[in-house]
Amino acid sequence: MSRNPRLIDERITLKYGTGGGAMRALIEQVLARGLGEVGEGGIGLAAMDDGAAIRLGDRFLVIATDSHVVQPIEFPGGDIGRLSICGTVNDLAMMGATEPLALTCSAILEDGFPRRDLERIWDSIRATCDEVGTTIVTGDTKVMGHGELDGLVLNTTGVALTTRVISDAGLRPGDRILVTGTMGDHGLAIMATRNELALDTTLESDVAPVHSLVRRALDVGGDDVVAMKDPTRGGLSSALHEMADKSGVGIVIDETTIPLRDEVRAVGELLGIDPLIAANEGKAVLGLRPARADAVLDAIRSHPLGRNAAIVGECVEERPGFVVLDTGFGSRLLAEPEGELLPRIC
Amino acid sequence: MCLGVPGKVIEVDREMQIATVDFWGVKKQVRLEVCDAPVEPGDYILNHVGFAIRRIPPEDAAETLALYDELLRLADEQDLMTEDVRAELDAAPDAPASKGARDGAG
Amino acid sequence: MAQADALTQLKFRDPTRARGLRDALARLVAAAGHAPVSVMHVCGSHEQAIAKFGLRAAFPSDLRVIMGPGCPVCVTDVPEVDEAVALAKQGVRIASYGDMLRVPGTSQSLADAKAEGAEVDVVYSVTQAVELARRHDEEVVFFASGFETTAVATAAVLLDDPPENFSVLSAHKYIPPVMEIVAEMPETKIEGFLAAGHAATITGSQVFEKFVERHGLPVVIAGFEPLDVLAGLVKLLEVIHSGRPRVENAFPRCVTKEGNLQAQRMLWRVFRPTGGRWRGIAHVPNGNLRLRDEYARYDTRRRFTIDASALWEYAPPKLVQQCQCGDIMAGIASPSDCTLFGKECTPDSPVGACMVSAEGTCKIWHQYGGRPDLRSIKRGAA
Repeated sequence: MSRNPRLIDERITLKYGTGGGAMRALIEQVLARGLGEVGEGGIGLAAMDDGAAIRLGDRFLVIATDSHVVQPIEFPGGDIGRLSICGTVNDLAMMGATEPLALTCSAILEDGFPRRDLERIWDSIRATCDEVGTTIVTGDTKVMGHGELDGLVLNTTGVALTTRVISDAGLRPGDRILVTGTMGDHGLAIMATRNELALDTTLESDVAPVHSLVRRALDVGGDDVVAMKDPTRGGLSSALHEMADKSGVGIVIDETTIPLRDEVRAVGELLGIDPLIAANEGKAVLGLRPARADAVLDAIRSHPLGRNAAIVGECVEERPGFVVLDTGFGSRLLAEPEGELLPRIC
Repeated sequence: MCLGVPGKVIEVDREMQIATVDFWGVKKQVRLEVCDAPVEPGDYILNHVGFAIRRIPPEDAAETLALYDELLRLADEQDLMTEDVRAELDAAPDAPASKGARDGAG
Repeated sequence: MAQADALTQLKFRDPTRARGLRDALARLVAAAGHAPVSVMHVCGSHEQAIAKFGLRAAFPSDLRVIMGPGCPVCVTDVPEVDEAVALAKQGVRIASYGDMLRVPGTSQSLADAKAEGAEVDVVYSVTQAVELARRHDEEVVFFASGFETTAVATAAVLLDDPPENFSVLSAHKYIPPVMEIVAEMPETKIEGFLAAGHAATITGSQVFEKFVERHGLPVVIAGFEPLDVLAGLVKLLEVIHSGRPRVENAFPRCVTKEGNLQAQRMLWRVFRPTGGRWRGIAHVPNGNLRLRDEYARYDTRRRFTIDASALWEYAPPKLVQQCQCGDIMAGIASPSDCTLFGKECTPDSPVGACMVSAEGTCKIWHQYGGRPDLRSIKRGAA
């Protein structure tokens, strides 16, 4: 069931890059047409999952790719380099592939880009690769004229092998929804950093590789981990909407149980941005069969990146594709993010 | 727009008429020329698009909560179910929701 | 931590008290003796609070809380938007609150002009616009939208010696006059008003006394936390029930009878109320705020010759004729009554202003699902 709007715009504007309905419509109606078949048992372009999976004998080859245009390129808690590596490692992990084989990295630079800045970004890339236990094996470098590109754009692709692929479409009524930590940190840290808003805060991006966290969840949960997605652009809201829509279930969330830093809540209120639509770069959303849900929660909480994990809701039959929030005072439908509200956050 | 959020004053620059205000750990500068009373560090103010529009006297928070409790009492006055509501208010914060029969709101 | 406790208290989000107030509301509505009981609020922030906390799903089904013309962006009329768009296309740098960017004028919005190369900056505060003017040599026009609370900020900035290249295109509006219009509409069944707490912080509760005398409709001033909204409604229902219409202040921590005199002085020194059109509401006497002659040198309309005629060459698209924003803002229709709602008119492709602004009824209903039947929702597993 496609709830994506029918494309009518003559020009591709900023909203097509924000990860919401407009972008999905663009992919569905233009970019993926006639492309993306991967054969029996695989996950291809049409699925618009975090990556693709191609069956190779008794295993799957998983591929994920990302481009990064974040502004500013260095921000509290990280930089575009770390963001790129973690972004792709996490996408692979969301498909169930927690041991990356190798990464690629392409850089497009603007004429005049300071070498020192590039070296600093690359130190960060190296450190993150070491942290993950992977490396960049090939890449590309281009330089465009001054003013033809804003500073630096990075693209990373990752490949990995796995015996079991987990999509974002496997939910059924009764399944539990788990988030691995506090929501909205990255998106709001970036917004708070932008000088014109003049907010003095210690908010930091949560950018981190979550592959080992996911490994722990899969080791304990096994087949009871039925869906996974990382809530990047569009935040928890986007991730939940896609999972609900693709799975054909409704989701009910207890808003009072969603882990949220006080400062994130404050910045959100001051800027009028809901933390539930703000990006996360070191978190995952898991769909769990009830039987082992609590065990998986404990396993995740035992990991340094999962200390604030919580089970925040469950799947229901009613209102498939919709996400309802029990606010503690009443209920509402969780809004799907749209528009260029949060530009250049990842 | 930064609409109507209350925060606590940390620092005041009287000459520039600017206060540094803490909103749940986030600090922001807020202008004071429109405020209805002079502010000191420790005061609470209501911020609207970067201007303090009200100094919230600390006793007023308690006054408002008392107002709500009073409203509840008055609404219950002739009501046989008063007991249940009072009990609910006195109960622990995670007491179960009110009974379905009289709760038209789910 | 003491500070966290105090701020939490200020947040007024205690769910137990909320449940008690909700039950009180249900009892009062049931005791009214007729259904539905209709009340109106005139503040986009109230609608946002109601939507954000899911209060509509908690209101008794016989209570209609209607949103009136309380979204300042939504009521900014087409000619006012055209003025800003025309200036932008004339090459003048415009600074505007984010919401206004996508509001359609006759043929274009500021966002459309920006996509075609015009200089349009989004600001979160009028002070940012002044800083822009200080940083650049070129003219900077601040497109001033918002009601009286926001107009105070604009006034403060104009009284503080702004740079010569700064000017204000005032689209500010004043709420009390529009309540008169709504109260006088023959179709209206409104029994009482919930007034905006922040505006009343400035104007004081006294500003509603004459209105109540003239129309015999009670006004209760409420804040924006969940408890504030619920308590405000409980109080309003009580006053309606008492048969003694009056003004009541349910936001005493911020609102007094006289209000913020300092702010009022600044507001009325810089602005004068004048009659004008509100989008969808036709003429509102004294509903628009314009710069007084003493501040003419900062008045965009007097500094520039604005030629918006080029924008009028486009015939209005057919869809606009089906747009029901006007009726929706007056509270006599709801978004779901509009044939375009959710189909041709969505946040991605808005037809009317109500779908553009974060405080627009249609936008909020679309985002938060209006008033779907969410009563059967049980709490998720914990």
